[in-house]
Amino acid sequence: MSTIVKKVSQLMAGLIFMYGIYIILHGHLTPGGGFAGGAILAGAFILLILAFGSSALKLKKEVSGSSNTESLAILVVVVLALMALLLGSKIFFFNYLPKGEAGALLSAGVIPLYNIFIGIEVAGAILTIFLALVIFKEESSK
Amino acid sequence: MELSISIILGFMIIGAIYALHAKDLLSAVIAMGIVGYGLVICFLLLKAPDLAIVQIVVETITLVIMVAVVLDSTREELEVPFDRRSLLNRIAGFIIFAGLFYFFLLAIQSLDPLGMHTMRMADPYVHGAVEHTGSVNLVTGVLFDFRAYDTLGEAVILYTAALGVLTLLRMKGKK
Repeated sequence: MSTIVKKVSQLMAGLIFMYGIYIILHGHLTPGGGFAGGAILAGAFILLILAFGSSALKLKKEVSGSSNTESLAILVVVVLALMALLLGSKIFFFNYLPKGEAGALLSAGVIPLYNIFIGIEVAGAILTIFLALVIFKEESSK
Repeated sequence: MELSISIILGFMIIGAIYALHAKDLLSAVIAMGIVGYGLVICFLLLKAPDLAIVQIVVETITLVIMVAVVLDSTREELEVPFDRRSLLNRIAGFIIFAGLFYFFLLAIQSLDPLGMHTMRMADPYVHGAVEHTGSVNLVTGVLFDFRAYDTLGEAVILYTAALGVLTLLRMKGKK
């Protein structure tokens, strides 16, 4: 891609990444949440990859990293849900942390934690699918 | 509001029909974009900003991937010869469409008007979400507390989709 596209995407990618983190962290206060924020995070990475391009070897490292990240994130979600059983409740997905004051950033118990890890999982999954397609194209055109 | 939603739905139908009949596959992909972004405006008008954010991001990413696929393969549509078998397929498709449309008309008469639906199950969710979950955003409260199994299932579906793409698109098998 041309220098203009590279520079502009370099400037925008950070802003898009910050916006995704904001959407995830405020998921229990404003519209959005894990799914929307995760898709936005993946969009920032995809913008950079589209603008700069990369060799298949480098991308393979990235795809193994993103697929490991999403596997770990979904494991953490299940463990967080199972923690309620350890703490004496018999309900899967029990909200065991103190709920705090409604409307504050640190409130709603475990819901922000679920939001964060679901967001990481969604970002990893979308990025993995995109990278797998790009690697397939680069390897088959050789 | 019903009028504006009807106009946008009309545009979406025109875009979908054009996408089916376009000679150039790139313009077909762009016409599919009309359907997706029209759905975003519909979600916003129906007061569902959560869905609108997800839809606009996912639509953009899929549009980028589809444009890349079209540019990389071919822009011309495959010509399918018209013979007895395709005629049979069209007749069967029309019969199924007519049957489904008849039942759709029957079902729509027993529905409540737009926005006036009876909320037997949703009422305690909507009015008790803030005190039960502590989350001010009702959608997140329902997604991660009352219906957390649903969310776990969705996340697992996405995870399995990524695994499936990784497995199918491997060039060389592992020894």
